[in-house]
Amino acid sequence: MRDADRSGRCRTPRRRMAAALGAALVAAPLVTACGASDDGITINVYKYPQESFQSIVDRCNEVAGGRYDIVYHKLPREADAQREQMVRRLAAGDTGMDVMGMDVTWTAELAEAGWIREFTGDAKSQVEAGTLQTPLDTARYEGKLYGAPDNTNVQLLWYRGDLVPTPPATWDEMIEMGEELRAKGQPGLIEATGKQYEGLVVMFNTLVASSGGTILDVNGTKAIVDDGVVRALETLQTFATSDVVDPSFSNAAEDDARLAMEAGNAAFMLNWPYVYAAAQEKPEFAKNLKWAPYPSTGDGDSRVTVGGINYGVSAYSEHPDESFDAVTCLRNAENQKLQALKDGVPPTIEAVYDEPEMAETYPMKDAIIETLKTASVRPRTPAYQNVSTVISTILSPPASIDPRATADRLRSELQEALDSKGVLP
Amino acid sequence: MSGTTTEPADVAARAVRPAGEKDKPVLSEGKKAERKLGLMLVAPAAIVMIAVTAWPIIYSVWLSLQRYDLKFPDRTEFVGLDNYVTVLTSEYWWNAVWVTVVLTVVSVVIELVLGMALALIMHRTLVGRGIVRTSTLIPYGIVTVVAAFSWRYAWTPQTGYLAEIVASGDPVLTQKIPALMVVVLAEVWKTTPFMALLLMAGLALVPDDLLRAASMDGANAWQRFAKVMLPIMKPAILVALLFRTLDAFRIFDNLFVLTAGSQGTSSVSMLTYNNLIRGLNLGIGSTMSVLIFIMVAVIAFVFIKLFGTAAPGSDDGGKR
Repeated sequence: MRDADRSGRCRTPRRRMAAALGAALVAAPLVTACGASDDGITINVYKYPQESFQSIVDRCNEVAGGRYDIVYHKLPREADAQREQMVRRLAAGDTGMDVMGMDVTWTAELAEAGWIREFTGDAKSQVEAGTLQTPLDTARYEGKLYGAPDNTNVQLLWYRGDLVPTPPATWDEMIEMGEELRAKGQPGLIEATGKQYEGLVVMFNTLVASSGGTILDVNGTKAIVDDGVVRALETLQTFATSDVVDPSFSNAAEDDARLAMEAGNAAFMLNWPYVYAAAQEKPEFAKNLKWAPYPSTGDGDSRVTVGGINYGVSAYSEHPDESFDAVTCLRNAENQKLQALKDGVPPTIEAVYDEPEMAETYPMKDAIIETLKTASVRPRTPAYQNVSTVISTILSPPASIDPRATADRLRSELQEALDSKGVLP
Repeated sequence: MSGTTTEPADVAARAVRPAGEKDKPVLSEGKKAERKLGLMLVAPAAIVMIAVTAWPIIYSVWLSLQRYDLKFPDRTEFVGLDNYVTVLTSEYWWNAVWVTVVLTVVSVVIELVLGMALALIMHRTLVGRGIVRTSTLIPYGIVTVVAAFSWRYAWTPQTGYLAEIVASGDPVLTQKIPALMVVVLAEVWKTTPFMALLLMAGLALVPDDLLRAASMDGANAWQRFAKVMLPIMKPAILVALLFRTLDAFRIFDNLFVLTAGSQGTSSVSMLTYNNLIRGLNLGIGSTMSVLIFIMVAVIAFVFIKLFGTAAPGSDDGGKR
């Protein structure tokens, strides 16, 4: 009897609580949307998860002295997921995103869509002063500057110093050396990123640029795919079908390649400089890990694809002046040095490489600067995402490339992707 | 979807009709007022349904008739059926359609067989009924994405136990057919319990007397199952099949995690996502959405009109 009584009494408050909960759920986004607005200006920065970035933000907030308050929002780890999230916000005209960490390949797309602001006047000259040329190129679209290079990246050739006395200068030499090592019963495999993703496009672009080929015209509106591309495809196919390619090449991303090299299966690896820092956990392996410039295809110097991050300012930001100011602080020489030492990302300001501490953590810095000077930029087009998807799909798996036919297919499907007519795979 | 919008009104209208009267009734003033009140009462629900389902559908049809790419906002224009021609002549699209159809048919058939077995077990269990039913339902209670991740790790060479035991270290998820088999396995593991649940509801409809009478007449176990139980369960089976087919046809999460559509394993939903969300091509993406909508509608039509499945929620459905 008592129980029934109690449950009867409870009913009203419980229902009321449910209603309150429902109301709270509906209201929650509204509350968070206008949070952090204690009269000061908030600059929301969206960037990939980077360990030391919060301390950089804190430094810049101190410098700003209360004029604005930078808040760091972590994006997902994968580039695709980062782009997806930012693009969705931009498409919806989100005013709560001021500064974005953009992959170097997104400049054209975001600029053409009218989603990022051009750097002009003071901000522009500050960004251009002392910044390396190739990273700066990635931030330009149609002659205008749309981004401030934060960090850059180029792949190098990593090899086992105990097995290979002098590093190979060309692909042919490298394959030959690997075969000789294998004939002697030593590890002679070559590791590279051949999985169907951006890493394969990076490798392909390096080979094309090194062979003097062109994928798209300068305006990014027409697919060229000339003989240089065919030669690059030949190199890729020769490598993928040789005895020295890792059997899981067609499924290897950066880390797979690194792990295979560390496991002692390979003598060579084409990868980003982070592998040096990662190798330090295995001192036995690290002492034999040497580096050299990326091998050429035989037609002159190699021209390695540049990577990295640029800062962009959203067109929907309500505080553009403060945002540009924040960007110049976030990427200044001091902060670039900090993240180079702590996070291992190569700086874009040339002078930072001469800092004394750099020599210890970055023994390969000369090779990086040297490579950066002749580095190549991936095709510049608003439809880059489509172009990249088409390339990685058509080239997969690299062992099945038929240079002429693959080039023809690339040309027609790339053209459709550029016209946003085709269906993306 | 549009069937559901009109339905409450339908029921309300029928409710005011006197029982047993077949001719069109002449309504009295009071009944008219009642009917009007009924319509007004369902109006809010109908309006909400129109706002959340009808309008998005109309809007995507409108988008599908345009060249509309967020990357090139200046080049937006009306192109009529061009997008449909592009999609329907694309080999990526047809590959995705075939992948989706094969995944749907194979997984639903396996689920039906296993689900029926599970349902019989759950139905017949005498001891620990609660535990048997609960443990059967666990896979269905796990979030699909979480389950898909555990499958992916299990099939990753070097770290995954299944890859080492079953595939001797081969990267199965990087080849089309083996990858699709893994996707089917993940789907079946995940949704068989749901199928079993629906079928168990059907089993409960079979009267024990009937089974006893059949065995008295000399019917063996298989005959009792095929000749007595199945015909009575038919409505429940068809509803279960309809639900699962529609669901399986829109497969996305498992594929997204397991292969992300690489090596030609994209389903139609995956392909639409790639074009719409990743490629920002609203025109082509919406065209695909509309085509998926049409295909799903056709499946529902075939089930309901041709196989005589009771439309879910209709008056006389499944309760016989």
